Amino acid sequence: MTLYLVDGAHRTTEGPNRPVLDVRDLTKVYGQGEATVHALRGVSLTVAAGDYVAIMGSSGSGKSTLMNILGCLDVPSAGTYRLDGVDVSRLDDARLALVRNRRIGFVFQSFNLIPRTSAVANVELPLAYAGVKPAERRRRALAALDMVGLAGRADHEPNQLSGGQQQRVAVARALVTEPALILADEPTGNLDSRSTEEVLAILDQLHTAGRTIVMITHETEVAARARRLVTLFDGRITTDVRQDGAR
Amino acid sequence: MSLLEILRFAGRGVAANKLRSALTMLGILIGVAAVILLVAVGNGSAQAVNRSIEALGTNTITVSSTARGGTTPSALTVDIARSLHDPALAPDVRAVSPVVSTTPTMTHAGTEHPVAQFLGTHPSYFGSSNSPLAAGAAFTDQDVAQGRRVVVLGRTVATELFADTDPVGQQVTVGGALFTVVGVLAEKSSASGFSDPNDLAVAPLTAVQQTITGYGPVNSILVEATGPDRVNAAQQQVTQILNQRLKLPAGTAATGRGGGGGGAGAAPYRIQNAAQLLATRTETAQTFTVLLGTVAGISLLVGGIGITNIMLVTVTERTREIGIRKALGAPRRTILTQFLAEATMLSVLGGGLGVAAALIGSRFTIVGVQPVIVPSSVALALGVSVAIGLFFGSVPASRAAGLRPIDALRYE
Ligand SMILES: Nc1ncnc2c1ncn2[C@@H]1O[C@H](COP(=O)(O)OP(=O)(O)OP(=O)(O)O)[C@@H](O)[C@H]1O
Ligand SMILES: [Mg+2]
Repeated sequence: MTLYLVDGAHRTTEGPNRPVLDVRDLTKVYGQGEATVHALRGVSLTVAAGDYVAIMGSSGSGKSTLMNILGCLDVPSAGTYRLDGVDVSRLDDARLALVRNRRIGFVFQSFNLIPRTSAVANVELPLAYAGVKPAERRRRALAALDMVGLAGRADHEPNQLSGGQQQRVAVARALVTEPALILADEPTGNLDSRSTEEVLAILDQLHTAGRTIVMITHETEVAARARRLVTLFDGRITTDVRQDGAR
Repeated sequence: MSLLEILRFAGRGVAANKLRSALTMLGILIGVAAVILLVAVGNGSAQAVNRSIEALGTNTITVSSTARGGTTPSALTVDIARSLHDPALAPDVRAVSPVVSTTPTMTHAGTEHPVAQFLGTHPSYFGSSNSPLAAGAAFTDQDVAQGRRVVVLGRTVATELFADTDPVGQQVTVGGALFTVVGVLAEKSSASGFSDPNDLAVAPLTAVQQTITGYGPVNSILVEATGPDRVNAAQQQVTQILNQRLKLPAGTAATGRGGGGGGAGAAPYRIQNAAQLLATRTETAQTFTVLLGTVAGISLLVGGIGITNIMLVTVTERTREIGIRKALGAPRRTILTQFLAEATMLSVLGGGLGVAAALIGSRFTIVGVQPVIVPSSVALALGVSVAIGLFFGSVPASRAAGLRPIDALRYE
């Protein structure tokens, strides 16, 4: 498993500073009239390939909203979003599906595993949509589960797993396709300190392997692992600092 | 992603909630089976009615008395019956049988049986009414002339009184008089299931008059036309003769259709031919079929609403799942195909089982009717249920697949 993580297959060839994510004046408005909520009020952000970014901010500051737009799951009310230099708003449904499947691994704040479906089948799912053969799929899904320490729970359904285990299955599902960009919305939010350390180790590993990682967190210790810390407040970026990602 | 792969996903989706899938299929099964089976029952009863009336003979005319007061001058008599057999005035009449009918109790060796129809008539009755004998022989004109006490039993009477022994040559008591059994009628199929056509006994007219009814008027006259296409002509000739004999105005019509004897007691008799009888009975049978079909249609509709409901719930409940699949990179088309395949599996499987259930059910007699499957009802029921399943499975699925992943994920 670690082999393909360090083989650099996804390292961009044009150097580490080429922006993977390029967001300009992004705004997101929910609702109408009285109930209008300005979740994002003009966010501009670029993330270079291979970077490891942590996003922090109080609850309701718009972190998940931004992440969903970055993951091509939602569209902004205004502003542009370029992924690998391509304006995402110009992509049709089929292309977007392809982008979500091949380029992005998304870890949801609320796991979003498919109910009544075993852990390994959940992890296999993105590979199935990528057209990977069943045997190969199963092998890679089991390897990914092994990496998050859940090899023994491969046949358990989500309702038979603890919150932390479900979260780790979700992480395994996000990285099974070996995507260049990993977007994780509070991947350690439900984990104890040991599991948190395991998941962070995986993210570190992926970072070393050249993947671009954007992670939302509420915990400063977790954010400290990243190379860059972006703070959101009320739909705006308030601070954006480089840090050395001390281990 | 290959179609086979999508089908496997669909199969997993069906299997994921076995109870609900089974209930959905059950709804379709019942709807389809009910439509096919009920229409088959209606159809079967219509066919049975036709068969039994055809067995009655389609070229007979029945003249029955409508006069109530016993020996009124207008009542039908043996004389009048004889006058109908007139090659000059009624060339299309082949045979005439006056009939008296009673419902006496018949006994044999301590066994009693109330006979539904004890008829006194002429031997021509057997030919005219299409009642062949299974054993023994019919009585003859001579028997009638001499008032010999012989009797031909219907199948039901024979089995009631004699069980397994041969009744021919045995004696039965009717109204205090001894009758010798000379024959047994062949079994007749039931016309409607309401009355048993085999519960009868036939004896010479004179013998019945002498022992039971007395020499009064007869109840009816069975007239046989020379052919099925001569029935109307024969009916006209008979009407004319009757009107003359009974001194009624020439225009008096007393056809049996729709209320018989006309208004205000214009004619003291009613005349009805087998074709008319067939028409009314067929009408009844058709009404029956339509009624059953409507009931079945309603049950299919209710089943359809059930399918619709379950499909709606399924897809709504799985909107989140659709959101997850989209977020993981499933294209819209793949998701649609999966849900369509699931709906198809459920409705085709349920419909197929429904057809099978109907086919099995149609092998049994239902309320005395042998169902006869109407092929178009199979196609219709199957088509409607599959269409309902597909439509109501695919519409919410396509709506969900068209959502942005995040909206599908947030769907409550
Ligand atoms: N679908 C929606 N409709 C209306 N308002 C929404 C919707 N989603 C989010 N919001 C609002 O947008 C704002 C930002 O929400 P968001 O989920 O991005 O917060 P967050 O920073 O992720 O918070 P948390 O740390 O609690 O997860 C909140 O005020 C929220 O109420
Ligand atoms: Mg959030």
